Amino acid sequence: MSWGSLENFLHMGGYAVYVWGAYGVTALCICLEIVLLRKRAQQARR
Amino acid sequence: MGAAFGLVVARELRLALRRKGEALNVLVFFVVVASLFPFGVGPEPAMLQAMAAGVVWVAALLAAIVSMPRLFAADLADGTLEQLAASPHPLAVIVGAKVAAHWLLTGLPLALVAPLLGLQYGLPADALGVLVAALLLGTPVLSLLGAAGAALTLGVRGGGALLALLVLPLFVPVLVFGAGAVGAALSGINPGPHLSLLGAVLAVSCLVGPWAACAALRVALD
Amino acid sequence: MFFPLAGKLIPWFSLLAGAFALSGLYVAFFVAPTDAQQGEAYRIIFIHVPAAWMSMFLYLVMAGWAAVGLVLNTRLSGMMASALAPTGALFTFVALWSGSLWGRPTWGTWWVWDARLTSELILLFLYLGFIALKSAIPDPSRADRAGAVLALLGVVNVPVIYFSVQWWNTLHQGASVSLTRAPSMAMTMLAGMLLMALAAWMYSIAATLSRLRAIILERERDLEWVQLQSGSLRTAP
Repeated sequence: MSWGSLENFLHMGGYAVYVWGAYGVTALCICLEIVLLRKRAQQARR
Repeated sequence: MGAAFGLVVARELRLALRRKGEALNVLVFFVVVASLFPFGVGPEPAMLQAMAAGVVWVAALLAAIVSMPRLFAADLADGTLEQLAASPHPLAVIVGAKVAAHWLLTGLPLALVAPLLGLQYGLPADALGVLVAALLLGTPVLSLLGAAGAALTLGVRGGGALLALLVLPLFVPVLVFGAGAVGAALSGINPGPHLSLLGAVLAVSCLVGPWAACAALRVALD
Repeated sequence: MFFPLAGKLIPWFSLLAGAFALSGLYVAFFVAPTDAQQGEAYRIIFIHVPAAWMSMFLYLVMAGWAAVGLVLNTRLSGMMASALAPTGALFTFVALWSGSLWGRPTWGTWWVWDARLTSELILLFLYLGFIALKSAIPDPSRADRAGAVLALLGVVNVPVIYFSVQWWNTLHQGASVSLTRAPSMAMTMLAGMLLMALAAWMYSIAATLSRLRAIILERERDLEWVQLQSGSLRTAP
């Protein structure tokens, strides 16, 4: 699968909002969970 | 076992008769909630007829939830619940009896009053009949599953709102099939499949509800 | 003791999760071809399907541990169920969110009240209810058992989600991946989905074990070995 250029890749055939909206929020949720888990582990150790 | 069932039902009904206001409150709540919607959405007949089934069902769900916490709370407060749990009769029978009494006091009156609300919303006669049948099948499920929710949240802070959160997702199939049955009748389709599905949900709830309520009561009483 | 074992396992599962995710994303964006009907929008599948699978799988595991805890009266089972719930809720939310963003360009709507979407939404409410009930009951033993009853009450919903596309005429696509028949999609798409599913699974194990360790520390605060962990053990003078 060759995209030709970074611009094409980001543009996602016109569906950029949907694709990156989905992947972005997912990544955000995962990062949020990891951060919250770290904080909880720290607090539990005290 | 049957005698114990009958005794508990009779006791519940006697207690309820002493506080007639409570059961009446639930019924009035149901009617008021269902009557509020036209004020909010406007009186256009076609729209009201389309939303009638949904409105009546949601009002029934809310009325059930409002009346649920009382199922075990009074008995817990005066120690009766512990005695009932310690009795030689299976707790499931006692819970079943309480649920039956609850339905006789809330679900059944609700189902009988619903046609009046249906008329308010312009439902035709055959749809009204289906509405009553669906409510008669569905309100016992609300009592059965609601009892499990009431037992789970017995004595817990924020009990009422928590009860609603726990139990409303479980009520959704009843709502979908119940309102769907009336919708089918309105469109001239046979409501049979919807009512059968409601019956199936009722059958499953008869098994699952009392089990969960008993398990939760034992957890609460330990 | 479970605690140190869990601690050693977490980095390995995190690593596996990262490796699977990287290879999965590579396949998703650089190997799998553009779809003839949906264009690039279909690439959301590599998030949506694994998330949906995990949301159902984690609930079943959670209910399983809950059942074990009720029957055998073990403390660890209840803690395991508590550890699983937030991650399960997260994947349910991701499934709903990604599904909505996928539905908009392909079905023309952000949401539709069909059987599968509705029951997945109910699953999210079941997770949230479970978490709410557990946090509302101060006594851990009672909380565990009450939560277990609730989890088992809701477990009926999972087969409903899974089979809903067979039982009802729904807008949502039917099953294209089955354990018994050959899948009806391009091999590259399948590979991408499986890699991302493995990534989600490894991640869930790591997150759950991490949360479990925190729960153990929180609950067993008075035990000596816990105080040794936090360096707060006070020995008699």
